[in-house]
Amino acid sequence: MKTLSRWGRAAAVLAAVLSAGAPPAAALQTAVQVAPLPRDSIYQLAVNLTDQQGRRLALGDLRGAPVIVSMFYTSCQFVCPLLIDAIQATEQKLTPAQRERVNVLLLSFDPAHDTVAALRKTADERHLDDTRWSLTRTDSASVRKVAALLDIQYRALRNGEFNHSTVLLLLDADGRIVARTSDISKADPVFLKAVRSAADGAARRPLRR
Amino acid sequence: MKRVHHVKAPYRLLFAALLFAAQGHAEAQARAQPQAIPQTAPYVPIPGGVFASVIASDAGADDVKVDDFQLRSTPVTVAEFYAFVERHPQWRPGNAPTVFVDTASYLPEWKLQAVLDAAEAMRPVTQVSWFAARAYCEHENARLPTWTEWEYVAAADTTRRDARGDALWRAGILSWTTRPASAGAPAVGGAANVYGVRDMHGLVWEWVDDFNALLVDADSRSGDDADRLKFCGAGAINLKGRQNYATLMRVALLSSLRAVDSTASLGFRCARSLVSSK
Repeated sequence: MKTLSRWGRAAAVLAAVLSAGAPPAAALQTAVQVAPLPRDSIYQLAVNLTDQQGRRLALGDLRGAPVIVSMFYTSCQFVCPLLIDAIQATEQKLTPAQRERVNVLLLSFDPAHDTVAALRKTADERHLDDTRWSLTRTDSASVRKVAALLDIQYRALRNGEFNHSTVLLLLDADGRIVARTSDISKADPVFLKAVRSAADGAARRPLRR
Repeated sequence: MKRVHHVKAPYRLLFAALLFAAQGHAEAQARAQPQAIPQTAPYVPIPGGVFASVIASDAGADDVKVDDFQLRSTPVTVAEFYAFVERHPQWRPGNAPTVFVDTASYLPEWKLQAVLDAAEAMRPVTQVSWFAARAYCEHENARLPTWTEWEYVAAADTTRRDARGDALWRAGILSWTTRPASAGAPAVGGAANVYGVRDMHGLVWEWVDDFNALLVDADSRSGDDADRLKFCGAGAINLKGRQNYATLMRVALLSSLRAVDSTASLGFRCARSLVSSK
């Protein structure tokens, strides 16, 4: 018993030393916990992404503002450019204030080729605003999971291309899917309406903190 | 009872050696992952090969290459899955995020493993979503098989790796699909095929990892008209081997599912790659 209590004291001292050494900011952050994620939030999935700036982010880091989400790959010649066109067309129909409050997440089907540099190149070529657009990559198992989560089908072809369903989704500030369209020939009016109302209900929260 | 302790010396030595080996093995596993791998059905080695899938690959190439891998010999049973849920309460119905399971169809009759009766315990578990199946496999330090891996092993009968040319065999595997679902699946542990894998046919449909790569048809689930741009690239895949109706039915079923879906006749088994992915 005696040795045990001695060990106990030692542990307590050690814990005290350790906690004293911890930065107060970190302690504060732990104390101010945000509300738990809703059960229907896609942010329930733990996935690590890397964006066109080489920054690492978790899917859940997008929490706090509405997000337009889709999946693509940079070497895609036909549909993927249209996908970006459709998101831009939708954005152009928003007021500047609304536009500021909506972020965009694109995840690549093709982690083998879509390096940070490839994502960077596409972002530059398409003049995408780094403060709101995240062009991202992750490992291939996580690509499969995210696609399953978003109900997007895809298949790698031998020539390096991908077959995939083309879908734009809208997430609310908590990561719930609130709208979805496969019409990427223009700004789909029903989808646009959902984006507007999500933006009006949201606070400005840039992707980069 | 006492007899057990009087092990003869040579056996004792062997026993000690085994214990030592097992310990070393266990330590290696403990290092590899924090949680010990539970004792479940064996994983059977599957030698790879070149294989004609019912899914016509693009660019005119007919055969797909399958690497060596391991497949779980039987589908995951009710008892095994329920034990997993008890250890991982985040997968209990009512707890699991609704982005991972459809609450209306996920494990509607879930109960504690201890109160399962013997007959239901040995049935293949069904009414599990893709996410739940995947989580289970991760818990066995495994993954779901790919469609190609599954189809490759499912082509075998008791003596041949590829029995698909045999009309009688095809008729046999087709017959179970006519069994009414209400009859409930029998226990796992049917006849072993040439690899030693059981119940590939005759029990349940099975999840595969890349179920959402089976872009068989214009997606009829969303019910809208914007089909034109639905699929990038070559569009929907073509199916071959139309005589292999039982396998095509599986493709059709899997392609119609969302990852949260679960049905009373859809179960799963797990697989392991031989080369661990980094």
